[in-house]
Amino acid sequence: MREAKQPAGGPFAHGGGRVDRTMGLVLLALLPATGYGLYLFGWPAINLLVVTVLAAALAEAACLRIAGRRVWPTLGDGSAVLTGWLLAMTLPPWAPWWIGAFGAVFALVFAKHVYGGLGQNLFNPAMVGRVALLISFPLEMTRWLAPRPLMTEGAPGFLEGLEITFLGGAPADAVSGASVLGHVKTELSRGHTVSDALAGAPDRIQMALGQMPGSLGETSAALLLAGGLLLLVTRVIRWPIPAAMLGTLAAAGAAPHLIDPARYPDAMVHLLSGATLLGAFFIATDYVTSPATLRGQLIFGAGCGLLVFVIRTWTGYPEGVAFAVLLMNAATPLIDRWVRPRVFGRTARGRPLDHAATLIEERAGG
Amino acid sequence: MKLFSIRGGVHPKGRKELAADVAIAPVGLPPLLRVPLLQHIGTPAEPVVRKGDLVKKGQLLAIGQGMVSAPVHAPTSGRVMAIGRYVAPHPSGLPGRTVTLKPDGQDEWADLPPPLDPETATPEEIAERVADRGIVGMGGATFPSAIKLNLGGRYDLHLLVVNGAECEPYLTCDDRLMRERADQVIDGILSMRKALGVGRAIVAVETNKPRAMEALRKAGAGLDGLRVVGVPTRYPMGSERHLVQTLTGLETPARGLTADIGVVVHNVATAFAVHEAVRLGRPLISRVVTLSGGGIARPGNYEARIGTPIEALIAAAGGLEDRTARLILGGPMMGQPLADPKAPLVKGTNGVLALRPAESGESAAQQPCIRCATCVSVCPCGLMPLEMAARIRKEQLDAAVEHGLMDCVGCGSCAYACPSRIPLVQLFNYAKGRLTAVQRARHKQEEIKRLARARAERMDAIARAKREQMDRRKAERAARKKAEQTAPEAAAEKRDQETVDA
Ligand code: SF4
Ligand code: SF4
Repeated sequence: MREAKQPAGGPFAHGGGRVDRTMGLVLLALLPATGYGLYLFGWPAINLLVVTVLAAALAEAACLRIAGRRVWPTLGDGSAVLTGWLLAMTLPPWAPWWIGAFGAVFALVFAKHVYGGLGQNLFNPAMVGRVALLISFPLEMTRWLAPRPLMTEGAPGFLEGLEITFLGGAPADAVSGASVLGHVKTELSRGHTVSDALAGAPDRIQMALGQMPGSLGETSAALLLAGGLLLLVTRVIRWPIPAAMLGTLAAAGAAPHLIDPARYPDAMVHLLSGATLLGAFFIATDYVTSPATLRGQLIFGAGCGLLVFVIRTWTGYPEGVAFAVLLMNAATPLIDRWVRPRVFGRTARGRPLDHAATLIEERAGG
Repeated sequence: MKLFSIRGGVHPKGRKELAADVAIAPVGLPPLLRVPLLQHIGTPAEPVVRKGDLVKKGQLLAIGQGMVSAPVHAPTSGRVMAIGRYVAPHPSGLPGRTVTLKPDGQDEWADLPPPLDPETATPEEIAERVADRGIVGMGGATFPSAIKLNLGGRYDLHLLVVNGAECEPYLTCDDRLMRERADQVIDGILSMRKALGVGRAIVAVETNKPRAMEALRKAGAGLDGLRVVGVPTRYPMGSERHLVQTLTGLETPARGLTADIGVVVHNVATAFAVHEAVRLGRPLISRVVTLSGGGIARPGNYEARIGTPIEALIAAAGGLEDRTARLILGGPMMGQPLADPKAPLVKGTNGVLALRPAESGESAAQQPCIRCATCVSVCPCGLMPLEMAARIRKEQLDAAVEHGLMDCVGCGSCAYACPSRIPLVQLFNYAKGRLTAVQRARHKQEEIKRLARARAERMDAIARAKREQMDRRKAERAARKKAEQTAPEAAAEKRDQETVDA
């Protein structure tokens, strides 16, 4: 018998859950939306995704090596790949390669390994990477273009794609369009009404299908939703964060729209555009940086939704998912400290239950 | 019956099919029986026999000590070979005081106390019989049963719950007992109900044991106030507090007893032992135990004498098929690794498992906590295992306690579900152990302080009393002087009087 190797305690059974399975399912859930986005934006987008994911994996490996930890078991959990992937989903698809590489390395080094690696970080690494890019390279980060589906007229071929990604960005004749939210913001600042602004923008169906300018992850709402549902069904994520985030955003968006439709876009615009769905299902739900209890997650999700609305409506940024999530990330330790489940046999405030009170309750109840 | 839901819990693979359909089989007498004196929670029993004594089956070997204890009886007739230390069925493998008995092969009963009729016996008589016959909780808790039958005086009880949930995977000994000896189990329940003075009794069985339920229903048909209730198959349904909540909707207060809400819980195997003690006067000297797991050649349910070496049990079950299998006493969720298979079967042993590495899921390596909160959602006690574990790793035991460490029932649901294989239960056990040690030290210190304080107070009181007495005398003298000056006659008179009195 193997006395020497035996740990001291049980249980001697395991449910079979695995970290790499979880990460794998998230990637799987991202696949449809990613695939469609890649189709819409062609070879440059594919190149960018590959570069960003590779940079993230290499950065993780380097950090592990420097920290003197074994590289493979940790890299194999898939979390670095997921971070790179999510980051790439939020970039302008034709951005040059160094945007993706810089963002990924920044995310892995400064938002993950500086804190001690997986599970230790306070902020969502992909969102830290995105915000760092937005602040450092505002121009490259807001150069959107209308979709040019693969193998259609005017789409760049493979070599052209390499050129765009690695040698100097989008050609001058690329149709440059603003994302829907950016468009609305600009038009509003020019004194137009929302309905005027939206008249020139893609309609709701196009938005749901993703035929509009934007990042990979801002395109197809329907496919993102499908991915999110997959995560819910496989219990990789739980409902409170997406439900609270989308619900709050919709409610916050609907109320002012009712009062002044000329100034405020309706709830559907908020839900279907920008990184709302990507954020609600894939980013805000990041385990490490969100609260651990159901009630905490409800608060967290609601906070994200509200902040997204506030940032989109009253700040200079057209899109606010990244900032909103990061702000709520900062609140997570506090939420986990104050919002805990009620312990068995205790009141919500932690005192042992008074059984006399329980008995009376029981009588009153039945 | 309306059931109430409990929070959390997990659905481990039952694996009961390995042994569930194997009838209880007796195990022969081994060449030597090793009967530990501590087979219960509480103080070890004190031997009343000496080396070389000849004893009969059922004869008292050692008597209980103090409030929480239980006597130990001879599992068969034979000679006492030694009373000394021997390896105990405990993960530490540390030896405990043990009576070694060499069976003479006669298996001859000693004189047993007369049978009791639960109908006519008083509650006290039944409880006393249960105490005297060495019965302890046989579901693994090993708390002396008589104490739990005596609660009627102190608590306002209204329900006896008999725990036949058997929620641990692999274990089927209670299932078999309920199927094969339902009449005796029900009879034991009637005795326990009488002792407690409650009218209602519920036997709770997880719905994965339909045959057991059927047998019990048949045996209990027509009995007033007795119900057999199927409860959902979900671990840890057999946890006393959670079972009571499922059945009554009432939550046992933290740090309290189920008796606080009027309920007492006993195990079905205990009910069987109570039947034997009350109706036949027999002490608890054997039990049914499940031998199972992928490493056991012939999984099944075996009835063996207390004191039978575990290795003899394994041999009776066909031996080990897999040398790498890990031996566990109890179920896989809350059982303990067995350090030495020479250790004996005791009253609380409900299972001996030999689990192959693939079954116990031990092959995978530990990874960092990803804060997935699975542990939070499966904890039946409403705790946040990830937070407690993080505190314990930083040796912040007080913070872990503040997070509810002492409310953890150690069910292992969290560690079972953790995708990162964090050894949560081990961390909790480590911290609980440390805290007990710290508490003991603190308690001792406080005791010393208290004694010192008491002494100082006593001294103070004596000094104060002396001072007061002196003051009083002084005041008296002064008063007298004053009186003499103002009314010399009266004072003189009084002085005369005093002299007379003296
Ligand atoms: S289940 Fe494990 S990995 Fe998940 S939060 Fe709990 S301890 Fe961490
Ligand atoms: S072992 Fe403790 S913390 Fe873990 S699930 Fe059970 S009660 Fe909760």
